[in-house]
Amino acid sequence: MTEAILQVQNLTKIFGHGLDQAQRLLVAGCGKDEIYRKTGATLAVDDVSFEVQEGETFVIIGLSGSGKSTVVRCINLLHQPTSGRILFAGRDILGYRREELLAFRRRRMAMVFQSFGLMSHRNLLDNVAFGLEIRGEPKTARQGKALQAIELVGLAGQEGRRIDSLSGGMKQRVGLARALANDPDVLLMDEPFSALDPIVRRDMQSELLKIQARVKKTIVFITHDINEAFKLGDKIAIMKDGRLVQCGAPEDILYRPATPYVQEFIRDIDKGQALCAWHVLRRLTPPGPGSGGGCAELGDGDFAFLLDEAGRPTGWSRQGVSAPAATAVLVTQLPVVTTSTPLRELLPFLEEGNLSNPIAITDDSGAFQGYTTGNAVLRALT
Amino acid sequence: MFPSWYKLDIGAWFDRLVPLLGNRFGWLFERITEDLLWVLNGLERLINLVPWWVQVLVVFALGWRATRKPGRGILYAALLVLVGLLGLWEEMNQTLAIVIASVLCSLLIGLPFGILTANSRRLTAGLRPLLDAMQTMPTFVYLIPAVMFFGLGKVPAVIATTIYAVPPVVRLTSHAIEQVDPEVVEAGRAFGASRMQLLFKVQIPQALPTIMQGINQTTMMAVSMIVTCSMIGARGLGMEVITAINRLEIGRGFTSGIAIVIVAVLIDRLTQGWHRRSPKLGEGRP
Repeated sequence: MTEAILQVQNLTKIFGHGLDQAQRLLVAGCGKDEIYRKTGATLAVDDVSFEVQEGETFVIIGLSGSGKSTVVRCINLLHQPTSGRILFAGRDILGYRREELLAFRRRRMAMVFQSFGLMSHRNLLDNVAFGLEIRGEPKTARQGKALQAIELVGLAGQEGRRIDSLSGGMKQRVGLARALANDPDVLLMDEPFSALDPIVRRDMQSELLKIQARVKKTIVFITHDINEAFKLGDKIAIMKDGRLVQCGAPEDILYRPATPYVQEFIRDIDKGQALCAWHVLRRLTPPGPGSGGGCAELGDGDFAFLLDEAGRPTGWSRQGVSAPAATAVLVTQLPVVTTSTPLRELLPFLEEGNLSNPIAITDDSGAFQGYTTGNAVLRALT
Repeated sequence: MFPSWYKLDIGAWFDRLVPLLGNRFGWLFERITEDLLWVLNGLERLINLVPWWVQVLVVFALGWRATRKPGRGILYAALLVLVGLLGLWEEMNQTLAIVIASVLCSLLIGLPFGILTANSRRLTAGLRPLLDAMQTMPTFVYLIPAVMFFGLGKVPAVIATTIYAVPPVVRLTSHAIEQVDPEVVEAGRAFGASRMQLLFKVQIPQALPTIMQGINQTTMMAVSMIVTCSMIGARGLGMEVITAINRLEIGRGFTSGIAIVIVAVLIDRLTQGWHRRSPKLGEGRP
């Protein structure tokens, strides 16, 4: 595994006065409440460590007051951590000098805010160009980049609008465009969709997935909505009272909750929506380039699949461990879904046939990845 | 009865302090007097250079723009003509020069202090009693030392007016900057704005409507000093009132009083237009 782009190590943040005393109490093993009672200082983040890989969406989820927003603000040093290390590309950002910190914020990081943080004295275009302006880019260059970002978030043609004339969803698109215009290495998103109506929120989540497929940014995403976390996250970290309770892939959290708290947390989850075909994929290694053109056959002990020239699945047959594929009956009726299809949309295929029949799974371009069965889908959902 | 065996005689201190300051810093006060006089005379000449009908037109245009109603513009212009008809045009211009100079001085001092005290609780707390004192201390108390330092006429008038009028612009500037949406400020910092960039590209533009309110208040307080200033020899509309009182000329008193009301109302309406120029009009809905 390559080195993580962002490493947070033993991050602790205490707000308020009497820091020394609070830290001593913390080392002595006192909890959040006790520290507050004795010193009046708030322990917001308590010994949190995690790593974010390049290109992944890392979701931090927790209830309000769990310290998740503080964590994200420590990553770009809007809050100064009390102790711990934050490594960006291997270097501790706490050691940055003032100019280095400004350059880091101008080039490497960009942030999207819950209530947008837009500037009402600027129009849409100038809001999006804000980061570039701060960076000192000449007017034409920054307007060009800003227009690209505006198009990316689907607001082309609205550049001249005033901020107060925009709807909530549009405002957050502007916030996203402002962050993307900077072309940062890491995108910090602090509950970006929490202030939006449910329908708008769902649209924006899909929009973000679509944009992310194109720009492939490293994203640290804060939310309190478990379904949002499962929809967007490659990795999910759950926080409670300033501590990281569990961190892992969505399936890990779902099937191996570390504590009763996590169990409680994921109870509301809509698995049919949160899990997608990728989670139940039984992967079949595609044939190497040496297997020749034309059709190919691919299988494991249970099934064999027939692929066309483009690598798309066209049929399947059931095979025993010993039976050669050629002797089995080829079935050409084969449901095909992509890895990102939610499990809920697989259910209609189950009703039509035998639960042990396979469903082929391809990637977005249609290339065969593997399969799943009705039984596996049902197991995943229960 | 409060025991009288000891009397804290701060009056004596001031009696000694003021002449002392006058001797010690006489050169400084003279310098300030000269410079201010130069600015004031320049301003007055500038205003007198403008033909009366241009002034009327400007008031009409500003009134129209500020209220977006041409009728208001006409009304304001007519009020201005009325001052001329009352025979007080020159006096009005003299008064205007003093008011403008005082407001400029107040802004020059008040805006930086307002910015400095924003986000510094200690500085705000320290400056507060001083601002309170400046606003509530009866003007006559410092009018006399002002005359001792700066002589009679326009200059001490501007100084006294500035002392009286500066608090609102300090307070509202400071308040306005503190009231800027914290997430907007955070956004500025998150994108790497330096302290100066944050101030000039985010905080001040966002605070501008409230800062404008402070400027409007300061201007109105400067206007309210017109008559007081004339007691130390500043010529203009206030002098008319003083003369009328001294000679018991009731009609003359009312005439100049009405002119002052008109000037005050016009200045208020026209400066309010700046910060009330609402952006919401004429914009499409999403």
